[in-house]
Amino acid sequence: MTSASDAPDRGFRLSQLIYDTRYRSLTIQVITLIVVMGAAGWLVDNTIQNLRVLGKDFNFGFLDNRAGYDIAQYLIPYTNDDTHARAMLVGLLNTIWVSLLGCATATVIGIFVGVLRLSKNWLVARLMTVYVETFRNVPVLLWILVAMAVLTEITPAPNAYKVNPATGEASASMILDSIAFTNRYTAIPSVSFERSLGVIDTALAPVSLNVLAIVLVLAGAIWVNRRLLAHASAVQDATGARPVTWWKSLLILLGPLALLLAALGFQLHGPTLKGFNFTGGTNVSNAFVALWAGLSLYTGAFIAEIVRAGILAISKGQTEAAFALGLRPGKTMRLVILPQALRVIVPPLISQFLNLTKNSSLAIAVGYMDLRGTLGGITLNQTGRELEAILLMMLIYLAISLVISGVMNLYNHKVRLKER
Amino acid sequence: MKKSVFFGTLVAAGLTAGFASATTLEDVKARGVLNCGVNTGLVGFAAPDANGNWSGFDVALCKAVAAAVLGDPSKVKYVPTTGQTRFTALTSGEVDMLARNSTWTFSRDTDLKMDFAGVNYYDGQGFMVRKDSGITSAKELDGASVCIQTGTTTEMNLADYFKSNNMTYQPIAVDSNAEGEQQYLAGACDAYTTDASGLAATRAAYADPENHIILPEIISKEPLGPAVRHGDSQWGDIVRWTLFALIAAEEYGVTSANIDELAKGTENPEINRLLGVEGDLGPMTGLEKDWAVKAIKAGGNYGEIFAATIGESTPIGLARGLNAQWTQGGLMYAPPFR
Amino acid sequence: MSDTSHSAVFVRKTMLPPEPAPARQTGLSKWVRENLFSSWLNTILTLAGIAVIWGLASHFYPWFRHGVWNAASLPECRQIIAARWGEGATGACWAVIHARWTQFIFGFYPPELFWRPVLTFGLMLVAVAPVLFTQLPRGMLKFSVVFPLLAIWLLWGGSIWPVVMIAAGFAVGYLVARILAHWGMILAILGAVVAAVLFWIFVPGPVDEILGRVAPIALEPVASRQFGGFLLAITLGAGGIAMSLPLGILLALGRQSDMFLIKTFSVMFIEFIRGVPLITLLFVASLLLNYFLPPGTNFDIILRVMILVTLFSAAYIAEVIRGGLAALPRGQYEAADALGLDYWKAQRLVILPQALKISIPGIVSTFIGMFKDTTLVTFVGLFEPLKSIPDSIRADISWKGTYWEHFIFVGAIFFILNFSMSRYSMYLERKLKRDHR
Repeated sequence: MTSASDAPDRGFRLSQLIYDTRYRSLTIQVITLIVVMGAAGWLVDNTIQNLRVLGKDFNFGFLDNRAGYDIAQYLIPYTNDDTHARAMLVGLLNTIWVSLLGCATATVIGIFVGVLRLSKNWLVARLMTVYVETFRNVPVLLWILVAMAVLTEITPAPNAYKVNPATGEASASMILDSIAFTNRYTAIPSVSFERSLGVIDTALAPVSLNVLAIVLVLAGAIWVNRRLLAHASAVQDATGARPVTWWKSLLILLGPLALLLAALGFQLHGPTLKGFNFTGGTNVSNAFVALWAGLSLYTGAFIAEIVRAGILAISKGQTEAAFALGLRPGKTMRLVILPQALRVIVPPLISQFLNLTKNSSLAIAVGYMDLRGTLGGITLNQTGRELEAILLMMLIYLAISLVISGVMNLYNHKVRLKER
Repeated sequence: MKKSVFFGTLVAAGLTAGFASATTLEDVKARGVLNCGVNTGLVGFAAPDANGNWSGFDVALCKAVAAAVLGDPSKVKYVPTTGQTRFTALTSGEVDMLARNSTWTFSRDTDLKMDFAGVNYYDGQGFMVRKDSGITSAKELDGASVCIQTGTTTEMNLADYFKSNNMTYQPIAVDSNAEGEQQYLAGACDAYTTDASGLAATRAAYADPENHIILPEIISKEPLGPAVRHGDSQWGDIVRWTLFALIAAEEYGVTSANIDELAKGTENPEINRLLGVEGDLGPMTGLEKDWAVKAIKAGGNYGEIFAATIGESTPIGLARGLNAQWTQGGLMYAPPFR
Repeated sequence: MSDTSHSAVFVRKTMLPPEPAPARQTGLSKWVRENLFSSWLNTILTLAGIAVIWGLASHFYPWFRHGVWNAASLPECRQIIAARWGEGATGACWAVIHARWTQFIFGFYPPELFWRPVLTFGLMLVAVAPVLFTQLPRGMLKFSVVFPLLAIWLLWGGSIWPVVMIAAGFAVGYLVARILAHWGMILAILGAVVAAVLFWIFVPGPVDEILGRVAPIALEPVASRQFGGFLLAITLGAGGIAMSLPLGILLALGRQSDMFLIKTFSVMFIEFIRGVPLITLLFVASLLLNYFLPPGTNFDIILRVMILVTLFSAAYIAEVIRGGLAALPRGQYEAADALGLDYWKAQRLVILPQALKISIPGIVSTFIGMFKDTTLVTFVGLFEPLKSIPDSIRADISWKGTYWEHFIFVGAIFFILNFSMSRYSMYLERKLKRDHR
């Protein structure tokens, strides 16, 4: 077609690019591509020029240098002789750790509060409303700082646990002789195995075979338990009566684990006060607890709202139908309302999890060394490599976010209404 | 629509920046204001009062430079910078000079593309502990929790010190000095470590200073000084010699009280050269003849500034120590003005 | 007999007054029983609730009651408290708020010019009102359009002419668009942008100078550095949202577009921004932006932060508006097509007005989030009210050691502002729900 009309003049062909719907979208896309590429090129060119002016280069070699600073809390072994890359990894794991725990606690708080807000109990419903509104409407940074201040101000210093020779008493005492809250950390017992299976040293972190064994046994037990429940359901479908399974489940879940722990010689070591600080146990730093509490309480308030909205979104007919079937209120909630509400709840829940993970970058305010504190904080400062450090940090956060939304989307897909 | 306002401003900003002249001195003169990077708030060194007027030891240097260059010590825009943003603020041109108690180190001077223009305070890292802890030496801190500000040289010093003494410690990172004080006061750390001047200032402000002691060990050298961008030696000279002028003024007994008298001419040729009565020192670096007079008038000589902001008569109560004149056994030594 | 004659059957002529319900079923006791102690679980919850309230009150009330409002420093506060309530009593030292409240609100804005931010805030309410409350006359929207430029002039001061020139640039762009609209929407948009940019590049410089001399209308200039406290937070939050709206709408349309590249770029941008924490973007503003711009470019940190905040909120606004677009019934799109409207006309006349209306609650929530997130600028050295201002106040030797007072004061202001906004957004949601039925 075009060959017939391309003879007369070029203006007509050009205008066709704008007016002819067949070509217009192509034109727009090409223009967009050129503009975007041009802008990107401009930015990169500027960066190269600026680096040259400053006499800097763009390389990640600094990650292999000795870090030279200490990190208070780490999940994999770290000393100040390790590299910046290792410090970054420690920070990344700290970020993931606090985010995981935060998401779990926030969900628990959210479901709990969301259900209680709908409770018939006037006082409790009001209290929960106050909680939700207070936490939602004030910046999370304030809650983290407040949690930190509360922990530092109300808990005793470790030396308060020291027995005063004059009176023969300590001004603070440990809970069950194994947990001590102090104004710098919470000392909890640590775990050890008398007949340990040993440790595999991978390049990143030593993997304890004991932990591996426990995880395997637990996974096996859960699988067997599932089979048992499936069998019970099959029996119920066939005969109408469900066999009693709870004690079997309990046995399957706990029995092998107890046996394994006994075989490994499982022991708890309570913390003891030595010198300035508790040693022997595990010290969970207050910075971590404050961040964890601040993030969980803040995000929990949002999740409570999501849960409440999800429950309210289920029409009253569902409840009435469940009652008509003779289900009690508890079972109605568990078997009828919540599974349906879940479909409404999960998508906004994902974005709350993402928010929590991103908000964990406020850790620096209380001195918890997360990714932003190590790579984007001390490393950046000591090496002066802001371009590399910040780009790397953004990429890592982006990757974490994408993984979370990917996993949660899979789950969402699973609980989605199956339309037939 | 509103987005475009924004791009309009952006374009305008970009254009004006594009026309910026080559040297910092011309820039500052054209702008009529000195952009000075300071701490976001450190007692005695730089802190805003209720009306947003900045004062302090570092701030006085900004004022002196502004007076030397622009003839008016009030023509300063204070740009508060954090430990993280300070060097970028300087290298990117956001500030013309940094007077933010920054330690002069090799890598900062070379790798970070800055030039340190001298030292206005010789400091060192120390420890503060509660008296009732019974500690008298930093060597007894094995196993202690130590509060430490992130983003400073102190972290490395601390790691090095405990390592070389074969001791362990638990670092408790804090984000700002205020945070550190709060943590230390609440007993969240056994010791608080930062520059000794900072410790003294912190301790002075406590309700019960007598219950806290600063340990005798100074574990590092922290020469704090103003910094300028690498590659503009004229501007570097101006900041450096403004600082030296303040130091020299103290040595020669030039004070804000007698400077008007002395600026009419004295018997001492060195003072005459410093105050521009004799010679052409100012014009050599692109300034007026009486640049040093204005600089000294801004807040007095080095000794007067020290006494007014952090000296023994202030609540901070720092002794001169290393920062006394070389004639008094200190390290303050201005090269000759000739 | 006589019995029968006398045994007139008793017939009650009047109704008995109803018996009052049993005490258990009326008034307070019924309410208490039904709402607080209806089951053992509820009883436990109620008792737990009372315990929590009592615990909090008994802990904090004395501290509040011992509060001191007039003192020159924290030690003086402590003395007053000790003198009034006995040795060892603790109390709030509200004197620090009393002495420094202007810093919390305005930062270091010159005190004699406080009327300008206050006026701007008042005008902002007027400008936003017609958007938020549909009952108000539509004519007020004209003011809403002018307001952003007026706000810039009022807050930053300086000559009025640069601001007028910016407005003139828009006018020029609009005129060009009207003329070119005849030849198609794309050409019109391109032409308008080019005309406006050319106008801004070449006209303002000389014209500003002439006008400035002829009619020197100017306010005393205020540097961005002097902004702080809630003034900074509101400027960043409101400015960011206002500027991100157009970009957000474009991104939302781009994400819905059939064109592969446009859709891809929009999705990439939105997901990238939403995937990284705001704090890293603020670092980009403070540390990296001068790498990305031509050498020697350097402008105000607040403007830089504003750019990144705008990009950040644009991604969130885009998602909100996408929700609004998705919520419109398919029939609206088809109706617009059936009328023969082209894409832009359909969007402008049919789709966007409805989609934006549905999106307002979401936009308000985004604004609340944005407003709270402005506290993060503390990490790039700006004086936001939550951390930097208290830290700088504590750097004053007389207020060293005040801690909770700052938290409570700032937290309360944040709460009041955000709570009222979220209530409004809920009211709107309910209203929209009714509208749709």
